[in-house]
Amino acid sequence: MSEGKHAPALQVEHLSTHFDTRQGVIKAVNDVSFRIERGQIMGLVGESGSGKSMTGYSIMGLIDAPGKVVGGRILVNGTDLARLSAEQMRQMRGNRVAMIFQDPMMTLNPVLRVDTQMTEAILAHEKVSHTEALKRAREALVTVGIPSPDERLQSYPHQFSGGMRQRVAIAIALLNHPDLIIADEPTTALDVTIQGQILAEMQRLCRDTGTALIWITHDLSVIAGLADTVSVMYAGRIVESGNVDDVLDYAKHPYTRGLIDSVPSRNPRGQRLKQIPGYTPSLLHLPSGCHFRERCPRADAACLQDPQLTGEPHAVRCFHPHTEPVEAPA
Amino acid sequence: MEETPFKRFVSDFCASRIALAGAVALLAVLFIALFAPWISPQNPYDLSQLDVLDARLAPGEKMGNGKTALLGTDDQGRDMLSAIFYGLRISLVVGVSATVIALFIGTVVGMLAAYAGGRTDGLLMRIADIQLSFPPILIALVLLALLGQGTGKIIVALITVQWAYYARTVRGAALVERRREYIEAAQVLGLPTSRIIFRHLLPNCLPPLIIIAAVQVASAITLEATLSFLGLGLPITEPSLGLLIANGFNYMLSGKYWISLFPGFALLITVVAVNLVADQLRDVLNPRLQR
Repeated sequence: MSEGKHAPALQVEHLSTHFDTRQGVIKAVNDVSFRIERGQIMGLVGESGSGKSMTGYSIMGLIDAPGKVVGGRILVNGTDLARLSAEQMRQMRGNRVAMIFQDPMMTLNPVLRVDTQMTEAILAHEKVSHTEALKRAREALVTVGIPSPDERLQSYPHQFSGGMRQRVAIAIALLNHPDLIIADEPTTALDVTIQGQILAEMQRLCRDTGTALIWITHDLSVIAGLADTVSVMYAGRIVESGNVDDVLDYAKHPYTRGLIDSVPSRNPRGQRLKQIPGYTPSLLHLPSGCHFRERCPRADAACLQDPQLTGEPHAVRCFHPHTEPVEAPA
Repeated sequence: MEETPFKRFVSDFCASRIALAGAVALLAVLFIALFAPWISPQNPYDLSQLDVLDARLAPGEKMGNGKTALLGTDDQGRDMLSAIFYGLRISLVVGVSATVIALFIGTVVGMLAAYAGGRTDGLLMRIADIQLSFPPILIALVLLALLGQGTGKIIVALITVQWAYYARTVRGAALVERRREYIEAAQVLGLPTSRIIFRHLLPNCLPPLIIIAAVQVASAITLEATLSFLGLGLPITEPSLGLLIANGFNYMLSGKYWISLFPGFALLITVVAVNLVADQLRDVLNPRLQR
């Protein structure tokens, strides 16, 4: 891995993940490409079912049958994951790439003490003594701001509050100093105040350790304060990507605009909340051409063609992109 | 939190008076079973110590050697108290060892079926289904008729009867738990598969197993007694509780109640004590039920 030094933390090229079902092929992730440099935070935004979580699972190599990664390359620090054996892939997971899940109530094993769960994450990848592993586990708990870590190490998950559990989950993800963390809506289940604390904590950790972070969410207001770059997904494809300020202030794609307008605090008092009409289409019956056209106010005959993702660094997949800045909230 | 986990376990366990009584009774039974050769007035299996002239003495009567038969004697002239002590021993050995081995076999089969899925799963579970569709007593009877008498053989018969319960239960629990996010999280951590199965998956499937195993210890003891009662379990020279009850059964109507009644009580106390303790263990050991 001589290229490791200068390669981006994660480079995804033309990733496609399909599910072969009885009703047909579901293209959950369809030709997705992006890259994240070390220490950067990328927001991956979209509605439910847009394929953002599946992108995360694909990178982790956790797609279960009937799903399958059918195309594309995933490079972590320059290493092509497709070329790794199952054992090397296992070594990669949790060590170079870690993941944090949405529901902290579910991701910790209820019958194992926190110290067991933390030390085994270290011992699965490194030959260190148990004492050493315990010391590192304790340090990780301190890093994520858990008070009295010694006592906490001896506790079972059910003795923690939701926010504390998510901190533990984050601490576990940090244990092996991964190059990349994929966070799948980790603050959705938490209070706003706790969410703020965890966001600030994650941002600081990424800056300090050079860990790259993918933050999967549907919440643009989280992304605005946290991420460096943003990719917006719709129906398995990236429809807009770029620097976070560019995308949020000069959103080009009508779907991104719709998402921004849907943030309640942006709407003037007393007016009806804005929303994107319709639902995310079923991935089995996608409209031809632009998948968003049936919900799009700007759609016309041109949209029957397949739009391409064009324009670096602020790319958009649309024939009629917006050019004016996003209105400031009233 | 100064109390150690063990102290907490003890105090949780003792929260229920009935469970505590069960535990005390079980300990007493265990003590008797363990020390039967030292605390029994007589070795009931040593035929040279038996005297047919002592047969069917009522409780409290003096035997030929001058000792008092506290609970009377049976039709062979055995001191009932000694016979019960030794009988408890057999019951517990048979019940516990059959359950432990069946639990082990059933758990391995069930986990394998759940994790492998597909044809392996189908094959193993159909075998279990076929077996579960016959009454346990029937299977045990057929097996013992084929194998003959003896402690080892009755244990084999009980294992054969029991493993399918565990296999089915473990598989069901494992299939549910496998889909839980913490298993996914463990995979994400890159833990080895064997560790995920045995450290993460298995402990979460245990609560139902503990309940079943505990109930099965009691039912294994009962089944052994039943088989012995029917004359298929253990040889007449080494009577277990079931055989003692069967022996006394013939004399019930002639007023010689003690030959059947006292072994029956011993059996009852053992089974109830095991069940009480098992119930409480389930509540205390399950971290998800903890208050």
